Amino acid sequence: MKTFRIGGVHPAENKLSANQPIKVAELPKVAVYPMGQHIGAPAKCIVAKGDKVKVGTMIAEAGGFVSAPIFSGVSGTVLKVDTVIDASGYAKPAVYITVEGDEWEPTIDRSEALVTLKDKPELTPEDIVNKIKAAGVVGMGGACFPTHVKLCPPPGAKPEWVIINAVECEPYLTADHRLMLEKADEILVGVDLLMKGGKVTKGFIGIEENKPDAIALLTEKCKANYPNIEVVPLKTKYPQGGEKQLIDAVVARQVPAPPAIPVNVGAIVQNVGTAYAVYEAVMKNKPLFERIVTVTGKSLKQPSNFLTRMGTPMSQLIDACGGLPEDTGKVIGGGPMMGKALVNIEVPICKGSSGVLIMNNKEARRGEPLPCIRCAKCVGACPMGLEPYLLATCSGKQMWEKVEAEEITSCIECGSCQFTCPSNRPMLDLIRMGKQTVMGIIRARQAAAAPKK
Amino acid sequence: MANKLIVSLSPHVHSGDSVQKNMYWVCIALIPALLCSFISFGVGAIITTAISVAACVFFEWAINKFMLKNPKCTVCDGSAILTGILLAFNMPSNIQPWIIIVGALFAIGVVKMTFGGLGCNLFNPALAGRAFLLISFPVDMTTWPNPGQGFGTYLDAETGATPLALAKQLFKTTGAQHEEALRQITSLEWSDMFFGNRGGCLGEVCAAALILGLIILLVKKVITWHIPVSIIATVAVLSSILYVSNPTAYASAPVELLSGGLFLGAIFMATDYVTSPMSPKGQLVYGVAIGVLTVIIRTYGAYPEGMSFAILIMNAFVPLINNKFKPKRFGEVPAKK
Ligand code: SF4
Ligand code: SF4
Repeated sequence: MKTFRIGGVHPAENKLSANQPIKVAELPKVAVYPMGQHIGAPAKCIVAKGDKVKVGTMIAEAGGFVSAPIFSGVSGTVLKVDTVIDASGYAKPAVYITVEGDEWEPTIDRSEALVTLKDKPELTPEDIVNKIKAAGVVGMGGACFPTHVKLCPPPGAKPEWVIINAVECEPYLTADHRLMLEKADEILVGVDLLMKGGKVTKGFIGIEENKPDAIALLTEKCKANYPNIEVVPLKTKYPQGGEKQLIDAVVARQVPAPPAIPVNVGAIVQNVGTAYAVYEAVMKNKPLFERIVTVTGKSLKQPSNFLTRMGTPMSQLIDACGGLPEDTGKVIGGGPMMGKALVNIEVPICKGSSGVLIMNNKEARRGEPLPCIRCAKCVGACPMGLEPYLLATCSGKQMWEKVEAEEITSCIECGSCQFTCPSNRPMLDLIRMGKQTVMGIIRARQAAAAPKK
Repeated sequence: MANKLIVSLSPHVHSGDSVQKNMYWVCIALIPALLCSFISFGVGAIITTAISVAACVFFEWAINKFMLKNPKCTVCDGSAILTGILLAFNMPSNIQPWIIIVGALFAIGVVKMTFGGLGCNLFNPALAGRAFLLISFPVDMTTWPNPGQGFGTYLDAETGATPLALAKQLFKTTGAQHEEALRQITSLEWSDMFFGNRGGCLGEVCAAALILGLIILLVKKVITWHIPVSIIATVAVLSSILYVSNPTAYASAPVELLSGGLFLGAIFMATDYVTSPMSPKGQLVYGVAIGVLTVIIRTYGAYPEGMSFAILIMNAFVPLINNKFKPKRFGEVPAKK
């Protein structure tokens, strides 16, 4: 079975909510929309206090090419334009909307009927890209990179394949898994659209073998209707959902170190949730304002998957699962390997919120760090072929030139090194700090070298 | 409730691996070899190991507590126990207890703790301890008991030449002595050597038990295959070449592989975390170099056994190897198809 060729670990999967069908979450009383929900320029707010909005009304426009507009997921009145602490832990400008009823923009097609490319052969690649861009679709796996940008490769790069990331390699999360089981046809139309939009003829869907039902279902549907799309079962290994790791696993090509990007080796990688959002945006005229969120944790009464309007506070979803357990130690936005610990549970669901994970007091604490015993397990685990022990030590000693030479900027912050270390060394804390410093140094150097205007 | 949330950076989960787990698994992997040694050499094997472990643990505890004034007990990590077992495994089973204690003091006190304790030492403590004893007490350290003298055997064991010493005579001597060595070496039984029915250091005699240990270590992912396999393969290839070039002057590859401390060294000593290289490439280079040095020392050096010196020499080169041989970075693995 295929998988990526360097490093990797296998954390306990804990997919507690894998058998829970997607439930529709209740509407919040007040929905909150931070303006920076994606990589790139933050969106620019275009509503003011007192404005009436409907479900699907644009409330902020894209702030540049690498940016995306934001749409309201509720109908009601703008309460205020203020700030909110989002999953990153920073306060961001945000629009607050008081919810009144549930009135949708009339342009949205709310029927369940499946629309395929055969029904709309007139769609050109440009139409598709424009619709994706206008609907504010971004990568739904958590990175939130605007989708239309990936479909417009830089000059010189020629995409050959669309690779769909359906591995869901983070433990606990099951949102993509459920989506595949419940919306397989829509997803495949979405993949078809991405292929046409990116002007490629071959598509792959990478799924880890711990989701055999999804592999079987999609394989069967591809065989019947989409001969150009191939389902690739992958050996369960973290971080297979890393863009570079997934490309290596599926087509056995490795993206060189930055500044190279996936399309330089011919791949456009999109998350399976993104494929679904693309279907809705292009075929149903529905902008991105809701998503599937896994709410899970060992002490939680009922781990669940919700179809949630964006702007809903996480606390409401937690309540719908039986409330925050007594012994809660940590609440994480995302999965346990790369997610962010939240400062409070009122953080709103955004475009990149794949899950809410609740850890009890015991799980939430790190082991006591001991001296490095030089066991080389971190070296063996690093999917980028780095030497985490060295990067961590040298970052701690602020040896910036050394860590730059040791390619610290290639680190994808997957956490495999720290996960595997028998001495509980807080390696990634140090490496992250080192990487950010080195990137700052590199930027300053480039700025100094650039011709003065 | 909400204001009591723990906020820390990812990753939020851990594999559950720990220093202790690794150390104890190595100890467990050494048990078969200890049992075989008991069968071959009697209770002396057990007594020697017990004294060595006790001495190593005591010295580590005492140095930590009274000299370094470190409030944290480092004995529990299991590394001192492991050093104790390995030190004992590198001695004859009929050695005087006080020699063991001197060796333990050197291994723990000088080689490990003065460099900063676990993780900071440059040389493998058990091997350095053995080398120190070999130089200080050459006779005691090289008078090996014969196997099969009953389970009660300890200091009173009868001693004899080991197969490796015969191999040396083969190369160094001429005339009648040479003939005698040749006759003895060709009469060696494969199975005896494989299952530990031969003279030698306490822990090295039973290749079968050591290989079982290797399997345990690999299955439990304590070590990777790179170092043991590269050492064993190198010695096998080199000694085959020598043997084919002149069968009367060199021992055959099976004798070289099974006669000395090769398996013990390759599986348990050279793979010591602290003193071996970090990248797979570096580990292969290290393993091949140890193999080459072992054959050279065994054949041309003054001592019959070259394994421990070869490892110690290569320990010194580990920082250099780590600098030179980096793991394969992502992007360097060529496209397939
Ligand atoms: S895994 Fe931990 S103990 Fe082992 S080499 Fe890396 S940092 Fe050191
Ligand atoms: S976090 Fe960085 S250094 Fe650590 S394993 Fe992942 S890529 Fe390697």
